[in-house]
Amino acid sequence: MKKMLLAGVAAVMMMSGQAMAACAFKNEVPVKSLTAAFDAWKAVTAAMAECGNVQAELDQQFRTKQPQAFAANPALYHIGGVANGTLTPLLNAGTIRPLDALVAKYGQNLNPNQLIKVNGQTIAIAMMVNAQHLVFRQDILSELGVAVPKTYDEVLAAAEKIKASGKIQYPLGGTFKAGWDLAQDFNNMYAGFGGTFVKPDNTPALAGEAGEKALAMMKRLSTYMDPEFLVADSTFVQKQFQQGKIAMANLWGSRVGALEDPKESQVVGKIGVASAPLAMAGGKPSTTVWWDGIVIAKNISDAEADAAFRVAMEGIDEEMVKANNAAAVWLVKGYQTTKLAEGVIASANGGAINYPSTTAMGLIHSAVGERIADFMSGKADAKATLAAIEASYLTKAKEQGLVK
Amino acid sequence: MKTRTFLAFVAPSLLMMLVFIATPLVSVFLQSFYEKRTVFQQVTVENCTPGFLTQTCTKETRSVPKLGPDGKPETVTSFVGLDVYRRLIEPTKIAAAFSPGGGGWADIAKIDFWKALRFTLTFTLITLPLVVGLGLAIALAVNSISKMWRGPVIFATLLPFIITPVIGALSIRWLFLGDGILTRLIEWAISRDVSMFAQGWTIEVMMIIYKVWHVVPFAFVVFYAALQTLDRDTLESAIVDGASRLERLRYVVLPHLQPLILFVALIHLMDSYRVFDEVVGFSSQAHVISLQYLTYSFLTPDETGNRAIARASASSMLTMVGIVILLTPLLLRTWRDQRSKR
Repeated sequence: MKKMLLAGVAAVMMMSGQAMAACAFKNEVPVKSLTAAFDAWKAVTAAMAECGNVQAELDQQFRTKQPQAFAANPALYHIGGVANGTLTPLLNAGTIRPLDALVAKYGQNLNPNQLIKVNGQTIAIAMMVNAQHLVFRQDILSELGVAVPKTYDEVLAAAEKIKASGKIQYPLGGTFKAGWDLAQDFNNMYAGFGGTFVKPDNTPALAGEAGEKALAMMKRLSTYMDPEFLVADSTFVQKQFQQGKIAMANLWGSRVGALEDPKESQVVGKIGVASAPLAMAGGKPSTTVWWDGIVIAKNISDAEADAAFRVAMEGIDEEMVKANNAAAVWLVKGYQTTKLAEGVIASANGGAINYPSTTAMGLIHSAVGERIADFMSGKADAKATLAAIEASYLTKAKEQGLVK
Repeated sequence: MKTRTFLAFVAPSLLMMLVFIATPLVSVFLQSFYEKRTVFQQVTVENCTPGFLTQTCTKETRSVPKLGPDGKPETVTSFVGLDVYRRLIEPTKIAAAFSPGGGGWADIAKIDFWKALRFTLTFTLITLPLVVGLGLAIALAVNSISKMWRGPVIFATLLPFIITPVIGALSIRWLFLGDGILTRLIEWAISRDVSMFAQGWTIEVMMIIYKVWHVVPFAFVVFYAALQTLDRDTLESAIVDGASRLERLRYVVLPHLQPLILFVALIHLMDSYRVFDEVVGFSSQAHVISLQYLTYSFLTPDETGNRAIARASASSMLTMVGIVILLTPLLLRTWRDQRSKR
């Protein structure tokens, strides 16, 4: 029996030797990239492919493939698409190269805030910011005379009204898929309640009031969701929106564009966005701000790195942004903010924390992902769940050597 | 056969088994006692991340892996004895669960290993009789229909077995997920809202049904082939003696099939104890996991790119011990049968 996980693979191969229409130079060195597969990456990799000799792999499982692929020598990919979280393993393993020299050579068009710096060295180039924020059906809220919710209590009240009106059976959606997604929602909520994830000595700091409140709020939200919420990933929630099955969700900014795509969505023109709701009065928006960007592998020749970086710069240039303005909240020059970007921008400017690219955060995220489903399905209470998360985190942290 | 000739014939396969089975097993066994830790150091660094149109640079103390001269993180490997096994089985939690004030079985079901074992055993032991029983029933049925229809019926019966397991699991999942066609049908039939993926037991039922659907053709083919070698004379004399259909099945057909029933049971036990595709196909990990899946999840890099190799090794050793225990009665039975035939 083949034990293969073919689930979310959406590999798009774009071998193009022709059509270097919009690329400033002709690329002669074969370059491969591994990135996530959402719309923004489709746009960027398509723009890179215009330079020729670019093979782009877009795969939602890139998270698990990247560390190994970059650790190989020579690395299996030249360009990697990463975000705050996925940068950590590459950074820890030392498999990506500092980009300062390349930025000086080819990065004239970059904005200063695109440079991701660790210890003074540029190690990644950000192209967009992303955050989970409130996405809602403007038409339904207006019809029922409900103001756009600013806090989670208001979200619950609005959900109750929508449910009572009989318009939608399960008014809320949520990226509550057991594992990474659900853990990310917990992180958002926990940050919203002002919690800190780890103590300075890397021991966990989750047990306590903020954690319990975050869990309780997630449980309350889940009562307005389709009972199968534990399988709902971003794509699932996006589809629920597109098919008019939900009215509100804390969804990724990168998914909003698809809701306005008449080819796949039945709710075009009915969508509104706003900052991620506050979990408590006076708190910060309950979300974490992410960036997505590119890194260049270390285990490749300098000539290849040179070509890869140039190609990547073509991929995230002004021209691409102008053609795909709505696909993301771009950090690149030439980006015009749209109505649909307001949610991400409002969340970021409202003071939402940046998702930390640290080993400890990565382990917290994994540990939460392992344990939190038991709470959502009612098998464990909040205190026991937080204790289990901490225990699981400590096991991992000790195994890895982070905690003595 | 002479012993020498025998040895000459089996030597290549013994060698292969040594290289490809025994050696990795020993290596996994050893790995379950060692742990490889990364060396971390505390450094104060300035990090910059983007907001929208702004940049946040913060100076902070971080734990980062110490990179060695070759640019790879330094690691230390140390012998940890049974620590890894303890972390898997969690004997202290078991003791706590059964001491006064503990939660008993419910608490144990929260420990990954025991949770996985519970499901794996349930899955294996429920599917086993179903697969053998249904396979036999279909074989007997096909054997008694007219020759003209046999070909097409056999072909149709074999189809589930041909389908790639993950694909089969996924297609069944999609029939039930959300407002899937079959969920709609059930909802219409019992006129109430049904969510097949909202609780563990419905997923388990679906997984069991899927497994039976998938493996019955195998049992059927084996039994059907065996039925072709059934001694007609014995059967006819049984009829002459006035044996009823049931008696013929009981005293002629089943004894003839007995070694093959053991064989199918053996294969099925081995196969279903390694249940994995179903967990992936049905995305059941939030509710139920299997032992094989547990090992796999240890081997999946976490958010820091780290794999829990030691725990994965320990859990696969325990899985192996489990299957040996499970197979022992059947193997003993086969061995005794073989010996009595000599």
